[in-house]
Amino acid sequence: MQYELWILRQDSPESTPYRQCIPFETDDPQMTAATALTQINETPGITDSEGNPVQPIRWECSCLQKKCGACAMRINGVPRLACDAKLAECAKKGRITLEPLRKFPVVADLICDRSVLMKNLHLLQIWFEAETKADETVGDLTYDAARCLQCGCCLEVCPNFYADGDFYGMSGLLPAARLLTALPDIQKHALHRACRAHLYEGCGKSLACRNICPAGIDIDRLLVNSNAAAVWKRRMAKKKREKSR
Amino acid sequence: MQRFQIIGAGLSGLSAAITLAKRGFSCNLFSLQPSERAQSVLAEGGINGALNTMGENDSPALHFADTVRGGVQLADPNAVEGLTAHAPEILRQLEALGVPFHMKNGELILRNFGGQKKKRTAYAKSSTGKIIMSALIDEARKYEHAGRITRFPHHEFLRLLTEGDACTGVRIRDCYTGSMTDYYGAVLLCSGGMNGVFPGMTTGTTQNSGDVTAAVFAQGVPLGNPEMLQYHPTTIGIAGKRCLVTEAARGEGGRLFIERNGERWYFMEEKYPELGNLMPRDVVAREMFFVRQQPEAGGQVYLDMTALPEDTWAHKLSDLRAELMNYLGTDPKHTPVPVHEGIHYFMGGIAVDAQHRAGRNGLYAAGECACQYHGANRLGGNSMLGALYGGQVAAQTAAAAGADLPEPAAVNETEPYAQPASPVLIHAVSGILLDALGIVRDAETLQAARERLRTLSHAREYNAREQARLRLAEAMLLGALERRESRGAHYRSDFPQTDEAYRKTTVVRCLQDSVSVTFEPIPQRKGETDRAI
Repeated sequence: MQYELWILRQDSPESTPYRQCIPFETDDPQMTAATALTQINETPGITDSEGNPVQPIRWECSCLQKKCGACAMRINGVPRLACDAKLAECAKKGRITLEPLRKFPVVADLICDRSVLMKNLHLLQIWFEAETKADETVGDLTYDAARCLQCGCCLEVCPNFYADGDFYGMSGLLPAARLLTALPDIQKHALHRACRAHLYEGCGKSLACRNICPAGIDIDRLLVNSNAAAVWKRRMAKKKREKSR
Repeated sequence: MQRFQIIGAGLSGLSAAITLAKRGFSCNLFSLQPSERAQSVLAEGGINGALNTMGENDSPALHFADTVRGGVQLADPNAVEGLTAHAPEILRQLEALGVPFHMKNGELILRNFGGQKKKRTAYAKSSTGKIIMSALIDEARKYEHAGRITRFPHHEFLRLLTEGDACTGVRIRDCYTGSMTDYYGAVLLCSGGMNGVFPGMTTGTTQNSGDVTAAVFAQGVPLGNPEMLQYHPTTIGIAGKRCLVTEAARGEGGRLFIERNGERWYFMEEKYPELGNLMPRDVVAREMFFVRQQPEAGGQVYLDMTALPEDTWAHKLSDLRAELMNYLGTDPKHTPVPVHEGIHYFMGGIAVDAQHRAGRNGLYAAGECACQYHGANRLGGNSMLGALYGGQVAAQTAAAAGADLPEPAAVNETEPYAQPASPVLIHAVSGILLDALGIVRDAETLQAARERLRTLSHAREYNAREQARLRLAEAMLLGALERRESRGAHYRSDFPQTDEAYRKTTVVRCLQDSVSVTFEPIPQRKGETDRAI
């Protein structure tokens, strides 16, 4: 199968982006955008569709199995992980576009600087001030919240998030939710206030982030429970009980 | 204020940073990517600690015995004693950070893991590494806020700064801007295993390139047991890598079989009635290799999890099931999974003593990049433990030896290690090593590989990183060639027996134009002489 990979190239943060079309042939139905990028970068003398040499494409990856969030990018317009994007499934008439996430400043090619995610977690003061212990009755909520990859895909589709804005989005809410499941009393006031100001009030409830999480985290459930604890001062939902007959 | 330079922000790096920060010291934490992308997030099945919550009379002494035996007597017994004695405390520390381990009535539930006779592996489904990392990242953030930990993501280690025999700091490059800076102080290497030496053929990440280990080796830091590669018995091939099927699958009841004369042969259970499918990984991987060679066998080993109870899938292995369904398109609940051995862990690496000193003043190493705790074969559940405990010990040792230091300085000269290694060379080296460093090795193949490597080394001029990579490959081959016995992960068909004379650490040094190997005694267990008397 012959594909056309249209990659949005940018040499540096200041330079003008341009699109480069790289023909790519594979018979492997499992071939992902991540492995295609690796192979392109490892092919000496590779040229684009106009015969120009392809300079190494700068992109980030790490685990290659959907567990680290490094390779998040826009693939045919949808934010997702390149290691989870099979060419055979996401190509449209053999064409695949790869672009960096737009909500963050571009460093080069497909790399963008997502450090605002870390900055926002600092501003929310996401840590335990005192020793704690996970509450086993809400252990599955804690577990799911701790699975957030900090990849930024949810922020990319969020109509309310922008870098350096006051609303921190779902990637801020999930680590906060982990804390909320076992929050020591001394921290309650501060974290609840921060959650209200930066996670609850700015959210337009569009739920655009709902089905975008590459880790498949049940965002609705964590959103509802975090708001219940931080905003409405209610207890988090216990484990779903089996329905009584 | 003293500064400590930590290379790598995975479990061992975070552990070291938090340990230093708790004691009031400040440190810099350099990593190619943020902690969320570290290989530690891939650790699945669990972390060991003899908490004895399962009513099996477990103890740190039994954990010690299993670890030393699993490593086929090649690990430093004093280091292992510290590891296993502190393991329950480490689990308690993680609990205090809110890690949602599997619990019942306030007590940790522990699961069976390979090579161990007691249930002693704490877990959070099969994403234990990710869940622990999330807790440690938050804890580190507290100290970042206090100014004691300074993070440098997207920063790359280039080389050590040295003065005579002492390590005085590190040269670091900002991968986003290209600028280089020298940072002075004690250096803690927490840079992970050498997966990048075998690109696409391991269960690890692309970020663990092995470049740090190669560079410090080329700078004269000795390596220990570089021939000891762990092949995990159960991996599947996915795009660009091997994907781990956690040992917890067997811990929870998964069974290995191969078709023989039209019937399923559960070979591990037949050959090893006591531990069966949960024999140490080196044994299982080797048995898989050999049963596949049998002419009447089917050639493909399967992991059968179809008899696992519904509760196990729902609460203990739900994420494994989702992953396998995603990659294989079949449900492991109903269909056995075809599995193959894959490179998973590097027991060898930067040689360290029990205090994690790496052969020269001011240099320490911990986690998978260091050769410590696991001997000739690592037990499942001991890697995260070794990373956390090793990070703590390295930090404590470094803190006791700190000194006043100059301020960081920008680098304006050309740095040879700033040039990356060419992918063509990386794959050529990997191909040579894979042919010779499989599950079964012999002198002829290893010699042939050394010849090929030598030819490659003279084929053209190489940059500093490429030369270091070639030296590292030579170290692995030479260690495997000179260890004329079979022990743990190192199996020699021409020397199939374990030889007491080789119950020593392979120490490989990089000389001007060559690589040398010696075998150095393993420290005697403290108090052992007294006990003997």
